Amino acid sequence: MRSKTSRGERTERTERTEREGAPSIIRARGLTKRYGDVLAVDHLNLDVRPGEVFGLLGPNGAGKTTTILMLLGLSEPTDGHAEVAGFDPTRDPLEVKRRVGYMPDDVGFYGNLTGRQNLRYTARLNGIDPRAVEARLGDLLAQVGLADVADRAVETYSRGMRQRLGLADALVKEPAVVVLDEPTTAIDPAGVAEVLDLIGSIARDRGAAVLLSSHLLHQVQQVCDRVAIFVGGRVVAQGTMRRLAEQMGGDTLQLEVGIDGPAAELEPALRAVDGVTDVARDAHDPRLWRVTGARSVQGRLAAALAGRGIAVWHLRRIGDDLDEIYMRYFAKEGAGDDRAA
Amino acid sequence: MTAQPDAIETPGTAGEADAPGTAAETGITRRAGRRRAGRGPGDGPMQRSSWRGGGWQVVADKEFGDHVLSIRLFILIVLLGLAAVAAVYSTTTYVRDNAQQAVGSTGLFVLLFSASSPTSQIPPFTTLVALLGPLLGIAFGFDAVNGERAERTLPRLVAQPIHRDDVINGKFAAGLAAIALVLVAITVLVSGFAFFELGIVPGPDDIARVATWVVATVIYVGFWLAFAMLCSVVLRRAATSALAAISVWLVLTLFASLLTGIVADALSPVPANATLDQQVANAQLQLDLSRISPGELYSEVTAYVLDPTVQSVGIILPQQQPATPSILPFEQSLLLAWPQGVALIGLTVVCFGAAYVVFMRQEVRA
Repeated sequence: MRSKTSRGERTERTERTEREGAPSIIRARGLTKRYGDVLAVDHLNLDVRPGEVFGLLGPNGAGKTTTILMLLGLSEPTDGHAEVAGFDPTRDPLEVKRRVGYMPDDVGFYGNLTGRQNLRYTARLNGIDPRAVEARLGDLLAQVGLADVADRAVETYSRGMRQRLGLADALVKEPAVVVLDEPTTAIDPAGVAEVLDLIGSIARDRGAAVLLSSHLLHQVQQVCDRVAIFVGGRVVAQGTMRRLAEQMGGDTLQLEVGIDGPAAELEPALRAVDGVTDVARDAHDPRLWRVTGARSVQGRLAAALAGRGIAVWHLRRIGDDLDEIYMRYFAKEGAGDDRAA
Repeated sequence: MTAQPDAIETPGTAGEADAPGTAAETGITRRAGRRRAGRGPGDGPMQRSSWRGGGWQVVADKEFGDHVLSIRLFILIVLLGLAAVAAVYSTTTYVRDNAQQAVGSTGLFVLLFSASSPTSQIPPFTTLVALLGPLLGIAFGFDAVNGERAERTLPRLVAQPIHRDDVINGKFAAGLAAIALVLVAITVLVSGFAFFELGIVPGPDDIARVATWVVATVIYVGFWLAFAMLCSVVLRRAATSALAAISVWLVLTLFASLLTGIVADALSPVPANATLDQQVANAQLQLDLSRISPGELYSEVTAYVLDPTVQSVGIILPQQQPATPSILPFEQSLLLAWPQGVALIGLTVVCFGAAYVVFMRQEVRA
């Protein structure tokens, strides 16, 4: 998949810009929203830079949508400060909304109008020159794969088509920042891959900052440069995937190793590798082993086993997967129930 | 809940005040002085149109287009059109049959609107409009806001660079325009009917009277539009909102006089051997109470404007009645109708204001 191959490059670029301290296009400091006694968002700090895809990940009710509404100036923060594209959303909501393309959670369109008419309305609300708009709408509709159905009423669209129309709608104003609330919810897997690919290209090709929220981590992890894990209104972890894994695992790491042979031979062989502290057989698949040890083990293990004549047919680092990171944070926060709900 | 940030700004603060044409000529966006300069694709917003109407105009334009193509507009035109033709046909027939007496009488054209034949079951045109007009207002307003919520288009709409009040202002303006369209169409139909059936050519005074009546009707129906929009803001479901608006309309139409009678009798009782003063006081109180209802105000305006012989809609004792009714010029009738007209405008503004305030204070996700 295209987004996979480019992920390495983008991660590298993001890390570079982090070092250089590129100015954030979305910046939140101590952003807080309180509804009565409920603290929906609790002192959120957030930085998103141009050209990166930032994932705001958390269970339903974690405060993701509230945060997005505050960043757009559609809801007033109880405390704290935000700056989006150089403007304060509370004081200059119009300036912010001119520069931010927004696709709400469960995006809706006027069913009696066609896809093209819906986009045209958005373009008019943005005051885009009508002479320039038609060609642009054609391009956008082709880009999201809706060129064939552009002149059909939206009420005939499938859920996935609406979602893609939502993406085109967010791009109509050529935004510097794109905010997508749950962009992959309720689309079939093929549709998800398409949508993610589009999201990746928004950041790559347009240089826009993309802030997306999701509770479906395994879907969006491949497209996010950085993520913030958001539980109960608070960010419990923020950074690149690798950094989060490092934060979680500390100095040790866990590997899943697939090797064949009698257990009595294999276990000592694994323990003999320098740096390995623990070896356990996988509970479900007897051919898999879980090896815990120092970071250096990862580089050494395969060679050491090969030296003993044991062929490694599977080697995977556990804990790099966002879902696992997420689950562990949830376990820490004791918020596992929310996820099940 | 707190007022939304958009609400604080007033339209026109966006700083889009360049001379028309500059943006188009230079191809540069108008926000030259913005803090963050554009740095390539995706950084700056698209080129803006050289003409920038307010956001409410864009909303109104779209909503009006929806109204004009809607089935509900078609249904209402057919309903009101049939009622109008039936009423005016009955009146013209009566006028033609009594043509001898009618010769030389002034204000015959406007009487076609407000008078009916004494033998006919069909009420005059104006009564039908007063009865069915509220339905027109309710039809264009009951799902104004909760319809957007149901279609989940509201978050997307308010995330566009328009003020939040542009949404409700635009919808109100579009509703008024649709109402005016229907009423003008019906009025022209009736006038044409009169013209061809009876050959009555309206004079300037007649035209002024009918035009004023149309304006007053738009305001009256506008009250119901505003009320239906208030329902659509407060109530989440469009069906509930329509039901609420129609219930209030029915209660005011059917039971208003009953209610005012009961209240007036309680506050200013009329005993069996009541004096004239007591009777007058009771009647006056009943009239004042009924003027809370926009329907009463509207019918009084209609009476003044469309009938040049009406000099008062208050209580007239037999000894106060002039022996021969005099014909008032249009300006005098307008002057008489003015207080009721202003009260009607006031009620409409208050009702729309309530819808506006509630809408502005609602959370986007509510």
